[in-house]
Amino acid sequence: MSLIATLSRLEAVRTGRAQPAATVRHRHLSERPLVLVPLITAGEAGAPLGALVGTDRDAPRLLVVPQPRDRDLRFTFLAELADLVLPYVDAYGDVVEAAERSETDPETGKRVKVEVDLCANAPQLIVPSRTGIDFVRLLGRAMRFRRTAEQDPEAPHPAPPRVPLLGRWLTHFGERARVPGSSLLLALTDLLARHWATGQSSVEDQHLGALLAWIDPPEGESGDAAARRAELARDGDGQLLCPPAGPATDPAFDNKLLAPAIERYDRARAALAAAEDGLEADDRFGDLTAAEREIRALVESRTRPTWDAVWRGLDLLRELPEGAHATDRWTRDRWSFTGHRDRIIAGEPPQPRRDDAVTAANKLATREREQARLDAQEALDDPLVMAGRRLAGEAFAGEVTEVVMAYSEGKRPSPRPLVTVRTDDRPHLGERTKVYRSLGGKPQAAEFVGYDGPEGGDHGNLVVLRIVDKMGRGKEPEEGSVPQKGDPVCFTLFEHDQRGGAKLPDPEETPWTHGGPPGEPDAVPLPEQPDPPTEEDTL
Amino acid sequence: MPPPRTPGTALGPRLAELRGPEVQPKALDARALAALAANPGCRRRALLDGAGVNKTALASALGSPSAFGMSQFAFMRGNAFEARVKADGGAELLRLVHEKLDPSAEPPTEAATPDLAAIGPQGRAARTALALREASASGGWALLDHPMLVLDVAGSPAFLEPDAVVVHPDGSWTVVEIKSFPMLDGAADPAKVGAAARQSAVYVLALEEVASRLETPAEVRHRVLLVCPKDFTNLPTAAAVDVRKQRAVTRRQLARLTRVEEIADALPEGTCFAPDLPREQLTAAVEALPAAYAPECLAACELAFHCRGRSREEGAVTSLGRSLRAELGGLTTAEDVLAAAHGMAGDPEDPTVAALRRAADLRAEALSAAAARAEGARCH
Repeated sequence: MSLIATLSRLEAVRTGRAQPAATVRHRHLSERPLVLVPLITAGEAGAPLGALVGTDRDAPRLLVVPQPRDRDLRFTFLAELADLVLPYVDAYGDVVEAAERSETDPETGKRVKVEVDLCANAPQLIVPSRTGIDFVRLLGRAMRFRRTAEQDPEAPHPAPPRVPLLGRWLTHFGERARVPGSSLLLALTDLLARHWATGQSSVEDQHLGALLAWIDPPEGESGDAAARRAELARDGDGQLLCPPAGPATDPAFDNKLLAPAIERYDRARAALAAAEDGLEADDRFGDLTAAEREIRALVESRTRPTWDAVWRGLDLLRELPEGAHATDRWTRDRWSFTGHRDRIIAGEPPQPRRDDAVTAANKLATREREQARLDAQEALDDPLVMAGRRLAGEAFAGEVTEVVMAYSEGKRPSPRPLVTVRTDDRPHLGERTKVYRSLGGKPQAAEFVGYDGPEGGDHGNLVVLRIVDKMGRGKEPEEGSVPQKGDPVCFTLFEHDQRGGAKLPDPEETPWTHGGPPGEPDAVPLPEQPDPPTEEDTL
Repeated sequence: MPPPRTPGTALGPRLAELRGPEVQPKALDARALAALAANPGCRRRALLDGAGVNKTALASALGSPSAFGMSQFAFMRGNAFEARVKADGGAELLRLVHEKLDPSAEPPTEAATPDLAAIGPQGRAARTALALREASASGGWALLDHPMLVLDVAGSPAFLEPDAVVVHPDGSWTVVEIKSFPMLDGAADPAKVGAAARQSAVYVLALEEVASRLETPAEVRHRVLLVCPKDFTNLPTAAAVDVRKQRAVTRRQLARLTRVEEIADALPEGTCFAPDLPREQLTAAVEALPAAYAPECLAACELAFHCRGRSREEGAVTSLGRSLRAELGGLTTAEDVLAAAHGMAGDPEDPTVAALRRAADLRAEALSAAAARAEGARCH
């Protein structure tokens, strides 16, 4: 953590209120996000207990699995989830705009521009916490290999239609969430913690209720007290007033409320199965419905506070202006979404259980590149982030004190003006270090020439730079392309645009040592098999 | 000069005194030990654990109840899975040990499953040691279901009960840890695997003590077997986990623990942690023990909320994270740091203070620039 972030946390302790950790919003927020507040059953690998889902904050849809160990009830839940999520996702796949993409021409092997569709917007999934993202991934994994009755009439427990498709989408969302700066699937706690520094540790920031309490404490209460209440306060029944944001539930809730309710449900179901005539069955069906309604009410009581908290958090985030580069990153998310849409339309198989070496290397390269891009863009968008980089010696800001025209040597001399900047910052500048500033949204490069006067003087450093590009083709630099005396400037030692490293070869060109093509030209990798069903499988 | 105290004689009654009359000691389990080893500077935890004080009850009596608990669903599932793994005399478990750890040995078609029942933890520990010796000498496979091991922790014995220990035909021993979190496509949650590895390392250490006491010392394998449900099923699958690193860390940290008797001797006469005492008295007793609170404690110690409250009251920067404390040098409270940052205290020549002032200036500049921009946006 940088010293600036540390100071912000300490200020938060002093004032009893979270302090800004960003002055703009660094993630794109959709106009119409889909919020998902899931709950799981303790101890079962991804057995859902219920969820609140929807795009309308006033009308969430409640889905409940009254007996999580029952395979059919879980399937019903997943089918309902698919019916809610897929129409939302599909709606974004239908609206496209034309865009250009460079592809390798298969005949000539040259890079050529091709016109392709780009989805005009993309869906956005919001879950309360980071563990919610893990759960989305887990659901994706559990569903994408399932076979529907249509695909495989012999399947012992056919999945409802569209469930495997939802699994593929959730897998895609989960994978995309690993890319730094992406916004297709976001955890609200991460989002809030990125923009505010609270007076508690980052471990405690994982608690949505406590985090919100610091950012927006109730009138007249300090964030500290409100956060503690959110974490610990229990009602007379021993239940947390602010239930955990999930997907894990509070053990006290499981043991005291949920377990007895599930037991009643099981009993009612057994009684219904044992009913001997229609009249009796009618009666017992009523009991079963009542038992189910009770579980639904319990699940809603634990998810609704989190649902409301998520929307409140989104409101707080919307008050911040969106960072200039967040749109650029959102466009990348749209490409990612469009790409997956195309793969599904093309009938490609679901994502494999394990990536092959080429895919894995590509993914890692993407994440590294995007991390560097994110770091640079956040600094350019946000003076508070830039302040951290300046403190670290990776950027400097100051005022231009002198501009001397100079020219390059050579047949056609080009302008190479020398600019002196007075700064209080202490950048780590070595001989001919390249530095960059933003000029109309494009990076302009300069070279460090030397210090004018002693380094680290009382009145700051005088840094002499030689501007080397973006001044046009003529002998004289274009208007406005060279800073003038008195201009405030900010140069960075890091590049603004990320040029990807050397491109990885196509799969066909990759040597076998690196997971390249199999020896047999016709060998096709076996399609992934569904998980074999077992007697007691849980999902 | 008072006679030197020897563990087991003077320490036992002394700890019983600290626990309070008629309070049964709470056994230290491997999970608590691993957590203790993760924070060796905490004398509060070392003594309370060493004396067998029930920290859950103590935390409630102090008015900051711990938030730990186990859902009965998780409990049932964990038990059902363990029973399944150990069914049929542990045939499946032994098959997994053979396959993952010792494939060159003869397949475990038959294995001894010695009876380890005995009275009291000491009796069970002795019985376990005997069974281990016999099994090692026999040259066949043996499965010890819930053996009892003993480890000396800061001068008092801790009794530990691993899920199982397997004796190989070559006489070596393997710790088996059965967990109910899934291994999905051959990979499990790294945080949970890490916790299991730390826990197993404690068992390995305890087993090594048993092994060292044999006439022909047995080898304790440093690869333990972690058994988990496969994917979304109830079928067991397993992976060998190398715990050498965790073993070394735990051994070193346990050696660093201040001896419990030293801590106990530093306490005022008549100190007692019985949960039925009045709150003020208990608070004073707990305060007499220096704690080393860090946010990590929240996941590992029942007293964490109490210690956190104290740490925050004192304005200790560690309550915001250990890394913070590390970068602030000698400044340990929020007040000191802020005073230094705003130029009201501290030596400007001190590099920490200079960096703090620079950070505070840069932060203020950035925030006012943002505020001006927001103001400008509102006017337009």
